[in-house]
Amino acid sequence: MAKQMPKTPLLDQLEDGPWPSFVTGLKHLAGDDKPYAPIMKSLLGQLEHSYDTRKGYWKGGTVGVRGYGGGIIPRFSEVASEFPESSEFHTMRVMPPAGMHYDTKTLRMLCDIWEKYGSGLIAFHGQSGDIMFQGISTDNIQPCFDEMNEQGFDLGGAGAAIRTSMSCVGAARCEQSNYDEARAMREVINNLLDDMHRPSLPYKMKFKFSGCANDCVNASHRSDFAVLGTWRDDIKVDQEEIKKKVAELGRKGFNDQVVNMCPTRALSLNDDDTLDIDNKSCVRCMHCINVCTKALSPGDDKGITILLGGKRTLKIGDLMGSCIVPFMKLESDEDFEALVELSENCVEFFAENALEHERTGEMVERIGLVNYLEGVGLEVDPNMVAHPRTSSYFRSDDWDEEAEKWNQRKGNSQAAE
Amino acid sequence: MSEAQEAPRMPDECGVPDPMPLMHPTMRDNYGKWDWHDRPRPGVLHHVAKGGDEIWTVKAGTARQMDLHTIRELCDIADEMADGHVRFTTRSNIEYMVTDAARVDPLIEKLEGAGYPVGGTGNSISMISHTQGWLHCDIPGTDASGVVKSLMDELYDDFKAEEMPNRVKITTSCCQINCGGQGDIAINIQHTKPPVIDHDLVSNVCERPSVVARCPVAAIRPALVDGKPSLEVDEKKCICCGACYPPCPPMQINDPEYSVLAIWVGGKHSSTRTKPTFHKLVVSGLPNNAPRWPEVAETVNKILAAYKEDGRPWERMSEWIDRIGWPRFFEMTNLPFTKHHIEDWRGGRNALNQSSHVHF
Repeated sequence: MAKQMPKTPLLDQLEDGPWPSFVTGLKHLAGDDKPYAPIMKSLLGQLEHSYDTRKGYWKGGTVGVRGYGGGIIPRFSEVASEFPESSEFHTMRVMPPAGMHYDTKTLRMLCDIWEKYGSGLIAFHGQSGDIMFQGISTDNIQPCFDEMNEQGFDLGGAGAAIRTSMSCVGAARCEQSNYDEARAMREVINNLLDDMHRPSLPYKMKFKFSGCANDCVNASHRSDFAVLGTWRDDIKVDQEEIKKKVAELGRKGFNDQVVNMCPTRALSLNDDDTLDIDNKSCVRCMHCINVCTKALSPGDDKGITILLGGKRTLKIGDLMGSCIVPFMKLESDEDFEALVELSENCVEFFAENALEHERTGEMVERIGLVNYLEGVGLEVDPNMVAHPRTSSYFRSDDWDEEAEKWNQRKGNSQAAE
Repeated sequence: MSEAQEAPRMPDECGVPDPMPLMHPTMRDNYGKWDWHDRPRPGVLHHVAKGGDEIWTVKAGTARQMDLHTIRELCDIADEMADGHVRFTTRSNIEYMVTDAARVDPLIEKLEGAGYPVGGTGNSISMISHTQGWLHCDIPGTDASGVVKSLMDELYDDFKAEEMPNRVKITTSCCQINCGGQGDIAINIQHTKPPVIDHDLVSNVCERPSVVARCPVAAIRPALVDGKPSLEVDEKKCICCGACYPPCPPMQINDPEYSVLAIWVGGKHSSTRTKPTFHKLVVSGLPNNAPRWPEVAETVNKILAAYKEDGRPWERMSEWIDRIGWPRFFEMTNLPFTKHHIEDWRGGRNALNQSSHVHF
């Protein structure tokens, strides 16, 4: 006899209301005439039990695919005797195409494979940026992965490893893009796959790629290595379009919404309703460009800024990424090679110097930014600090040598211009 | 069978797939060549390329945790109305692209008719980014999917409109690790009692030194309990963070009554205008009231109402509070200010008002 649909009076209340309901989806799968239906009936029973007791009932374990040490999140039920069909409900983390672009043929292909081996439940996407194929038995993982892998999809990261990355829509559809985000993401990540698929780092390491300071993939805080697009030359201005914007918002409106919101007071509205920009004071924050999408745009001398060490609470508290590369070009093959090399150096230094379960930001806090910069081969720069030190307790008997290094670099860069 | 046939298949370590063959052809043709954009109506973006090509993007909300029928239905809509291409945003919205303005309205009608709200652009409240919860996590204090579904029902109209001072990014996390990330508003589990230890299991399941090392306040020490090696917690020192629970499940931190929800405000990832900021505590002690969490919605609505009413154009939550000051924030939201709002973590003094600037 077919297994009965469990009674779910609590979950049923999540089918009310206008927003799409995940419960309706779960019940739809549970009611199908498919191999996954008994699993989903059982899963619904366990989830209802969680809603009733307000506790979770999954534990981890060790499950994987041949040749890899990570990428599967094992889940075994602690209440399997009551809900046996979903006793094994592992997640497969699969890396999406950069920028999360799909054609329907590909989505349908992934659905067909998942219908055959899995629960029918997929999250687009997890917080790390993976397609989360949620709910598969231990035995089905290998054939499911093999079929997806044959179609060009690979597992993402889990555990003490390089994690799946994300890049914004960027150059594919956004005029505010300052580099080829998808290329940067794929070149960096696809070079680090050994450390993604065979977890052996001190702890996780994340890379994220946003095309500008708006940071649509939340790289600054949610990655150890955040690549943000920027530019070195002047903001491009179409003064006729500025006049139209001033006419639209009114002078007070334009001053309130554009000029006075500039964080470095780099803007001023001229008497003839054109815009005066002090580009030397501008920090490329994007605000005025966001408001005046037709009148203003990033300059032509584009590149990236890199922030290092962002992470969430566990365990010393939140850390925001901080600037380790104020600017680098990212256009030629050599530029991309330089980014890949820097990413390798940062992973290698992390692997050798971080303590167990320590993130990059925590390591830098422990050893100091200067030691980190020397370790990965970067020069100090005033753009790396909010302000110079305020504590007078430091040893400075090599002051003259350090000052000479700065003068030397300054001389070299002036000679290059 | 030959040896070659018997050798097991090894993975093709192909990495991140190339998006180019999957992308809408107009986006592929104009890759890196876009000129400007505007938003003709909430839920729709209009981008114009330097060469003159145009593309309209229609953004719709999803449940994120989706069943095969839903995904196939979303594909059917793309095949019928949007050239067979979609993309997803970081907040699990789905985007359809069309190259003719006349195709926008029918697409919106189709999506909304199928139950997918169109919105989430500009100064709207977009979909809440969230974690896995009871559905799949091994350490969840709540079910983020349920909290989010309940809250998005409340915020439905503000998803579909662009009437907030600036965009509002909300996040929900099932424990204090906060995998949901920073948000203008963050709704996160907060534990209020030390872990309950199952001493019979500790020595079998936990690597004790690494559990001791995990505690941020050194409140855990090895102990012999009933002659068995176990761990004990100095309950006066314990800050109930739950960091010991993932490496040692017998140190159960989740509790139906004592794991509550806290609300934080003012987190911001972007460097737009102000530098990125962390969210700050506003209220704790809200009951983990499945399946609809009404107390959460009530508090979130209070905060959003004050921000919507008083925020100036383009002020994010953190920038609005910077201007009006915390005293007025607590006054406008009618929420209590307590000793728990005062930072005592490392660097805590930096969170004090080190000036004579006082709001009246």
